[in-house]
Amino acid sequence: MAFPAPSDTPYATGTGAVFQITSTPLAVRRALREVLDHSIMSGLSKDARGTAELVLAEALNNIVEHAYGTDDGQIELQLHQTGSRLSCDVFDAGMPMPEGELPAGLAQIIGEHDDLPEGGFGWYLIRTLTEDLTYRRIDARNHLSFKLNIEQ
Amino acid sequence: MDLATETQDDLLIVRAMEDRIDAAGAIQFKEQMRSICQNPQSRVMLDLSRVAFLDSSGLGAVVAVMKLLGPGRRLELAALTPTVAKVFRLTRMDTVFTIHDSVPNGFPSAV
Repeated sequence: MAFPAPSDTPYATGTGAVFQITSTPLAVRRALREVLDHSIMSGLSKDARGTAELVLAEALNNIVEHAYGTDDGQIELQLHQTGSRLSCDVFDAGMPMPEGELPAGLAQIIGEHDDLPEGGFGWYLIRTLTEDLTYRRIDARNHLSFKLNIEQ
Repeated sequence: MDLATETQDDLLIVRAMEDRIDAAGAIQFKEQMRSICQNPQSRVMLDLSRVAFLDSSGLGAVVAVMKLLGPGRRLELAALTPTVAKVFRLTRMDTVFTIHDSVPNGFPSAV
């Protein structure tokens, strides 16, 4: 017998998990370990786990570096699995995205030696590896949402 | 970031001894590589066999190390694990580096 989901949770079916993360690179590293050790990830293939860790690292580190920068802050990560998809919702109260939109995340132009890009890979990876990627700014909070295909 | 080195004639092999090069460790990795690359060998090979995870910050640091070697020396990579190889492939940076399946004989294999 299934219990009805509490009215304040966005999900009614499947399994979910919520993580609170302090906005520092080391806290993100620790959180990723906690996420990968969580039962919600236990059914994933090695490849799907690697992809999930990469995408979550890029999304979380982007908040640490750009939304909060040198400010203290909290990040909330909500995971919810339904069938072959892992829905990821990331919330923070830092600065909004520039122009209020997701970065284009285009593939980097690969030049010769000195012109090789050292950054700008993050959003390209997120866009390439996710589905249904959206960003919203609501009540001074950023909400990034995407899905991962975990049946790889 | 713990890095182990071995030289074979004109080849300097650097093995990353930790399991990740990520946003929390990328700057330290780059600075230690800058110091190690003062060695005169013309070829530098980074052994990534123990690195299970590399994010965009780690990738940027590896590219930065390639650049600081200067135009006359190349950074080569060896023994990429699957998730690390995926990052290089997706960003097409696998076309920039010479990538070897394994390090040359002589360096003890990873445990």
